[in-house]
Amino acid sequence: MASELRELNDATFDEHLVATDVPVLVDFWAEWCGPCKKLQPVLEEIAREQTGKIEVTKVNVDDSLEIARRYEVLSIPTLILFKDGNPAVRIVGAKGKARLVEDLAPYL
Amino acid sequence: METRDVVILGSGPAGLTAAVYTARADLRPLVIEGEPSSTSDQPGGQLMLTTEVENFPGFPDGVQGPELMEAIRGQAKRFGADLVTTRATRVDLASWPFRVWTAQGGDAEPAVETKALIVATGAQSLMLGLPNEGRLLGYGVSTCATCDGFFFRDQDIAVVGGGDSAVEEALFLTKFARTVTIIHRRDALRASKIMQDRAFANDRVKMRWNAVVEDVIGDNKVTGVRVRDTTDGSEEVLPVTGLFVAIGHEPNSSLFTGQLDLDAAGYIQTAGSSATNVAGVFACGDVQDHVYRQAITAAGSGCMAAIDVERWLDHRAHAG
Repeated sequence: MASELRELNDATFDEHLVATDVPVLVDFWAEWCGPCKKLQPVLEEIAREQTGKIEVTKVNVDDSLEIARRYEVLSIPTLILFKDGNPAVRIVGAKGKARLVEDLAPYL
Repeated sequence: METRDVVILGSGPAGLTAAVYTARADLRPLVIEGEPSSTSDQPGGQLMLTTEVENFPGFPDGVQGPELMEAIRGQAKRFGADLVTTRATRVDLASWPFRVWTAQGGDAEPAVETKALIVATGAQSLMLGLPNEGRLLGYGVSTCATCDGFFFRDQDIAVVGGGDSAVEEALFLTKFARTVTIIHRRDALRASKIMQDRAFANDRVKMRWNAVVEDVIGDNKVTGVRVRDTTDGSEEVLPVTGLFVAIGHEPNSSLFTGQLDLDAAGYIQTAGSSATNVAGVFACGDVQDHVYRQAITAAGSGCMAAIDVERWLDHRAHAG
């Protein structure tokens, strides 16, 4: 699925989190997940509106199962917001933009 | 505020077919398609949670549910339908033109006024309502087998339910899981014969008859499911790491309570066609159908609603 969001994988994940100053939102997704596809444009919109405050990235669980396992992702989409490399909040399931922004706001 | 000829609430097969037809009739429909979720209450509706759809005419080799919905959506857009990814939060059907508020537009002012309204809000998958079900949702409890089955490779898991969707989910999950136990409260499935035959022929599918789920067990993720036998009342814990809930649906009609006639189960009542008790308001798809509930019947009823709207607007225009 073409996306303007940065795709992280098992090899680049840790390094990228360390190198990024702003909180990093990771969207665990896969090509075969209908709700994940509907969530993507919402995440792209949030990324555009919150430039400089948050970086929105994606991890394809099909390709990067190791990262998904490490954070015990058992359902997609799952969003995890990392601050200073550590998970700060976890959102399970697709949601509308207003609800996501509300869920993320306290951590930004 | 903008006044439309027709606004369509919902974007499953019913809503989008209504959009195709009203767009081709030059009514420039606005589709309020819903917002993302991981249940069937989302843009595209229940088919977004399915994989292979084998019974939609025109696809001899089957079609993926999300692909089918993307195709119908594209068809509606091609003829000029406008789609917004938000959900309706309130409607006022007491005065005309009807008014619709959305999550995007906020509570203060209605987002749009419309001469005719097509309600195609579909149905929402039911949850069991167990003490620990919500807490463990996403940690082994799932409402979406197609999304989450992947994470249960070589594990023992359970599906609760006895209808077509429960058996379809169970069969899908055998691609990943070591065993899939179907927990059903009766001693026979409600599912269609072809699905039952497939389930009984699959050696990864196990049946736990006459059992109701009492709770889901687990601290941070599911480690078991407590069931009670309905014949002798005994309880046991099934050691499963996943629980997929497929016990049926309820209509998404709460927005219309007190404004449209609903039956005892909450389905919008339609008479003979897609007409509701409010002139100018039409309903189609699973929000008004507790009998057929198929993608093709939803699409067909969406077409009916579109034609009913066209005639109603025409009649009203000529009546002055």
